[in-house]
This record gives sequence, C-alpha cells and structure tokens, in this order.
Amino acid sequence: MIEFRHISKSFAGTAAVQDINLSVGEGELFGLIGPDGAGKSTLFRMLVTLLLPDEGEIAFNGRNVVDDYTYVRSHVGYMPGTFALYQDLSVEENLHFFATLFGTSIQDNYHLIEGIYKQLEPFKKRRAGALSGGMKQKLALSCALIHKPLVLVLDEPTTGVDAVSRKEFWEMLQKLREDGLTILVSTAYMDEATLCDRVALIQKGRILRVDTPQGIVARFGKPLYRLSGAGVQRFLPLLRALPQVHSAQPFGDSVHITLGDEEQMDEVVQQLRKAGYKDGLQPVTPGIEDCFIDLMLEANA
Amino acid sequence: MPEPLAIEAQELTKKFGDFTAVDRITFTVKKGEIFGFLGANGAGKTTAMRMLIGLLHPTSGQARVAGYDIYHDTEKIKHNIGYMSQRFSLYNDLTVWENMELFGGIYGMRDSEIKQKADEVIEKLGIGRLKNRQVKHLPLGFKQKLAFSVAIFHEPQIVFLDEPTGGVDPIVRRQFWEMIYEEAERGITAFVTTHYMDEAEYCNRLSIMVDGQIKALGTPGELKQELNSKNMDEVFLKLARQQS
Repeated sequence: MIEFRHISKSFAGTAAVQDINLSVGEGELFGLIGPDGAGKSTLFRMLVTLLLPDEGEIAFNGRNVVDDYTYVRSHVGYMPGTFALYQDLSVEENLHFFATLFGTSIQDNYHLIEGIYKQLEPFKKRRAGALSGGMKQKLALSCALIHKPLVLVLDEPTTGVDAVSRKEFWEMLQKLREDGLTILVSTAYMDEATLCDRVALIQKGRILRVDTPQGIVARFGKPLYRLSGAGVQRFLPLLRALPQVHSAQPFGDSVHITLGDEEQMDEVVQQLRKAGYKDGLQPVTPGIEDCFIDLMLEANA
Repeated sequence: MPEPLAIEAQELTKKFGDFTAVDRITFTVKKGEIFGFLGANGAGKTTAMRMLIGLLHPTSGQARVAGYDIYHDTEKIKHNIGYMSQRFSLYNDLTVWENMELFGGIYGMRDSEIKQKADEVIEKLGIGRLKNRQVKHLPLGFKQKLAFSVAIFHEPQIVFLDEPTGGVDPIVRRQFWEMIYEEAERGITAFVTTHYMDEAEYCNRLSIMVDGQIKALGTPGELKQELNSKNMDEVFLKLARQQS
C-alpha cells in the first residue's frame, strides 16, 4: 500500500531522515517507534504531501505521491501531532466541515466513525477548543476518518496522554484495523510497539530495525538478566564498571543487564555478592525498550 | 525546631464555578524525597501543582511549600523552587550560556555566582563546545538535561518537574532520572509528574489522583501490594478505571 524508497530530507543542512526504505502492506497496523527528533513527523509529512522529499520516492497505492498528490490527499486521513481542528467551531461543525471538504456527508460515512463519535455526541454543540484532551483526540480521529480514507496516518496520537486513555485509543485503532484500514502510527512510547503488526524502530533519521514486535525481540542477541530488590539501582555504577557487563539500565524497580555471554554470569554474581547484593540474576525476555536501547548503543558505538 | 517538610498540603481545594478540580488533597513531601504526582489527564494534577507553585489561589485548605504559606508568601515560594516542563523550560532563541545568565539573573544571583555555576553545568553536561549555540539547535536529549540544570541553577529547595521526559529516547530518559537522584542526594526535593509508569517506580513515594482526589499514596511497593498488582501500570489502570 505504501512504499518509501531511499527517502532523504534535510532542513537547513541538517539531515532529518536519511535513506529510508520502508513498505507497509494493505490492512497493516504499522508503527514508527522512536524518540522526538528521530524523523517520524518528517516521514509522515512527506507521505501526506505536505513536504517534498530531497531524494527518493514514495508510492501510495501504486501512485507517486509527488505527481499524484491530489489522489493521495483524497485517500489519506491524517492526524497531525498538534491539534489541528478549528477550536471555534463546535464538534459537529468540525466534522461537517471536513466531510464537506471531501465531498461527502456525515450521514454517508457515519458507520465508519460511529464507535468513536458516539462518545462525543452528547457534546456535539460544544466548541472544539473547550473539549478535554481525550475528547479532542476522538474528534480529530473522527474528522480524519469521515471521508473514508484508504490509509490512516497518525502522528504521535498518544503523546502526553495518560496510561488509561492511551490504552483506550489503541483499542480504537485495533478495531479500525479489523475493519481493513491500513494504519501508520508514530509514537515515542516503546510499550505501544507490541500493539502493532509490524514496527520500524527509528532514531536520528535512520531506521534501526523493521520487523514484527516478536521478531524484534527474537533477534535480541545477548543474554539479558534482571536484578531486583529495594534500592537495586545503587549497584549500577559497579555493574557498569565490570568488563563482562555490556550494558546496565534501570527498568522500573529492577535493573537489566546484558552480558557478553552466559558464561560470565558467575563472575558478575560474585562481584555483586561482595558489594552486598543478596538475590540472584534472573534471565528475562527482552521487551521492545531493551531492544531499542541495545540497537541505539550499537548504532552509537 | 524540627526540620520543616518540603511540602505540606492540608485539605487543599480548588473550584472553578461549580466544578471541583482539586478536592481536599492532603499529603506531605519530605526534604530530599523524590515524590511522584500521578493521575490521568484531567484528574487535577496541573491545577494542584499551580497552587503549590504560587500561580493559582486555592478555594480552601492550607499548604506550605519550602516552609512558606501558599496564600501569603507566593513570592518567597517562587524564589525557593525550580520548575521545568516539557512544554516550557528554556528560551529557544537564546544560547545555552544566555539562558543560564537570564535565569540566574531572574533569581537574583550575582554575576560571579552565575558564571561559576554556569561553568559547572557546562562541565557536568560536557557541552563546552555548544555553549554559544542557540538552544533550538541542540539535540532534544541535551536540551532536557540542560533544562533540568537551569531549573535548579539557583539551588532551590524543591524542583517541580512536569512530564520532564516526554518524547525523549530511552537512554536519555534514564540519564535524566540519574540526574534527579543525584540532586536528591544533595538534598533537593523533586516533585515529578509522568505518564511513564516505569518511572513511577523510580520515585520514593507517590500519589495517584483520580477526579480531583488523591486515591492512593505510598511507596511503589506499598501501592503494588495494596492493589495486588505486579507493576505500576496495573496499579494505575485499576485506580483510574474504577472511576470512569
């Protein structure tokens, strides 16, 4: 459905994205996972024809996005990172406006947004500017869907959103995907990667890896262990000074360490015992965040 | 005289018309503690925080911040706290050095003090070659670490951090927390909001607000036990979903 081929873009001499190759299949829920400044928004803005690439091509349903920009615009639903609806229009007026803009009506495509819009209907006369964050997000999603797009492009829809609302938003996306929509979504929250069919991990304008979330985890090549217990963070300096330890990072109430190989575990445990650590090292399955950190360290090395 | 608590709030309340944004919250934060202030969007965190930093007058209740009363001593509070948020912290058009001069000046530091402190920050962050660079050209990770250093530039008793790590990469996020720990060891109290539940685990104690009220208060371990949850994510979902 979408293909980025050797895409590069610079702003004032600073490369925002470099030689990006990516393809997204029809009906896929594809995640672009990376911190701010990784180039996620730049990629999306080139795809939705708001920005021209310096190099490379993007195909949207078989058409070149630069030559056929009108086709792309009428078949993509785009939700930018900042709230971009009309704050002075009511909920209903915003939706009506976007429907009219694309030559359709709320009635014609109501079924597409029903599940999401229903929760907003009690407030349909309220100005968009006066909505809560969660409701603004639902309205923006409704407006991006009302013209029945082939592809939905969502730029960091969950940034600054609390854990509960994030979960609800992803439940909405899962439903839209089941209805056959192709969805591209970007996020800086690593834990959201597991909710996508496939993800690209991106940092500093380059793709670190593209795979299914399970595939990313499976390719984590190093033995990973967890230290736990109250105040376990105090062992970080010691761990980082040990030659056997490849990396040591705090993870919530534990510390995760990677070793060169499993044989080195005994030596590390001995050193920890001397420093007063009582528990053992438990092997753990890496999460996406472990993988991202590992790939970052590799890329920076 | 016993050492005063960093923050002491008693039945603190804020109403906007007939809407109660903050509903009788009571809690204390000890000196040098890292206190997590969690809650869903719209739960009242920002309103509560604005009262504590002297930007908003409470409807009722009492609170003392850095030993000063939030009704009468708001100017003194402002001198004794630092503040950093993801949205606002540094002036993008000023250089690294100019930002430190500006904030040092605002807090009434002498030029010689500013210079000495600015040199320390630059050395600590290893950004000597960037000191005359406009802040907008800095990588985000540096910017956030610099913003934190500037927020505590005048050696405040308490630093308020409002979602300080949103959007930063997982390594910088962890380096940022190590900076908070270091400052806490030196005695600075940190009052932090975050949407990252793993970061909630890095706090000494935390509170969770739901619909204007504090619904849970304790160490991460206590809260997990109380709500029979294996991690903070679960604790948060259980509490916040209860209501809606």
